[in-house]
Amino acid sequence: MAYSEKVIDHYENPRNVGSFDKNDPSIATGMVGAPACGDVMKLQLKINDNGIIEDAKFKTYGCGSAIASSSLVTEWVKGKTIEQAGEITNTTISEELALPPVKIHCSILAEDAIKAAIEDYKSKR
Amino acid sequence: MGFTSLNYFELFNLSFQFDVDVEAIAGTYRDLQRAVHPDKFAHQGERQKLLAVQKSAEVNDAYQTLKNPLLRALYMLAEQGVDIQLEQKTLQDPIFLMQQMEFREQLEDISQMDEGDEQDQLIASFENSIKRLTADYYCQLGTLLVSSCKVSLENAAIVVRKLKFMNKLSDELERLEETIL
Repeated sequence: MAYSEKVIDHYENPRNVGSFDKNDPSIATGMVGAPACGDVMKLQLKINDNGIIEDAKFKTYGCGSAIASSSLVTEWVKGKTIEQAGEITNTTISEELALPPVKIHCSILAEDAIKAAIEDYKSKR
Repeated sequence: MGFTSLNYFELFNLSFQFDVDVEAIAGTYRDLQRAVHPDKFAHQGERQKLLAVQKSAEVNDAYQTLKNPLLRALYMLAEQGVDIQLEQKTLQDPIFLMQQMEFREQLEDISQMDEGDEQDQLIASFENSIKRLTADYYCQLGTLLVSSCKVSLENAAIVVRKLKFMNKLSDELERLEETIL
């Protein structure tokens, strides 16, 4: 299976890899896993008092498509409000990365990671 | 040769439960394959022969499913109407996933160590912890899968999803061991 250029770019130069302190009240952490392949993804958002995402970091153990999906999402969410970030769907992610059908679950993982992080943010307040 | 309506457990003359004697079903498998072997129907016309080929494939599918605990669990869930949706549904259990992350980080650390006794010991203890956890999950399935309440079956589905991650860990461990050898 051939990866698209965008996937390879994100895979070789992943953006925003790393972690924030999960106990910091401005940090929201979303943990999700894809049972189909055993991939695990952690997405962290740094959210200011106005509900705007100032920064994002991720750590993903998984295939190229899973890493690319999470890397892309960290770029997309920056500067967005949590409501706008919550509207990102797996379809837009998989279209942007030209993911083949067998890799759609990677984009679902990234979408659910954003949602899980937003849930964590809401529960912390 | 009329067993198309039987489920895999009935086909192998087992009661519908998660614990299966894998050695015993290997024997049943051989008996069943002998009984439906297409050669036996060589003189009985094309239709019978085709039927025998189908039965033989079915016996094979049943055996592959029954002898593998994860496939067996998935089959038992499906038979009871639970669609596990492995492709569409993500797992969102922060504590379990945090632990998975830690396991993956440990493996990463071990793979970057110098080869030697210390690395071997860490691999052995890693293998032990994932084996123990995996055994615990299978133990839970034993009771959850034969319960008639829906909640238990849904919990069984969660355990099966977790086992997919445990299997991934042991695959990754195997891969690491291969690079060392």
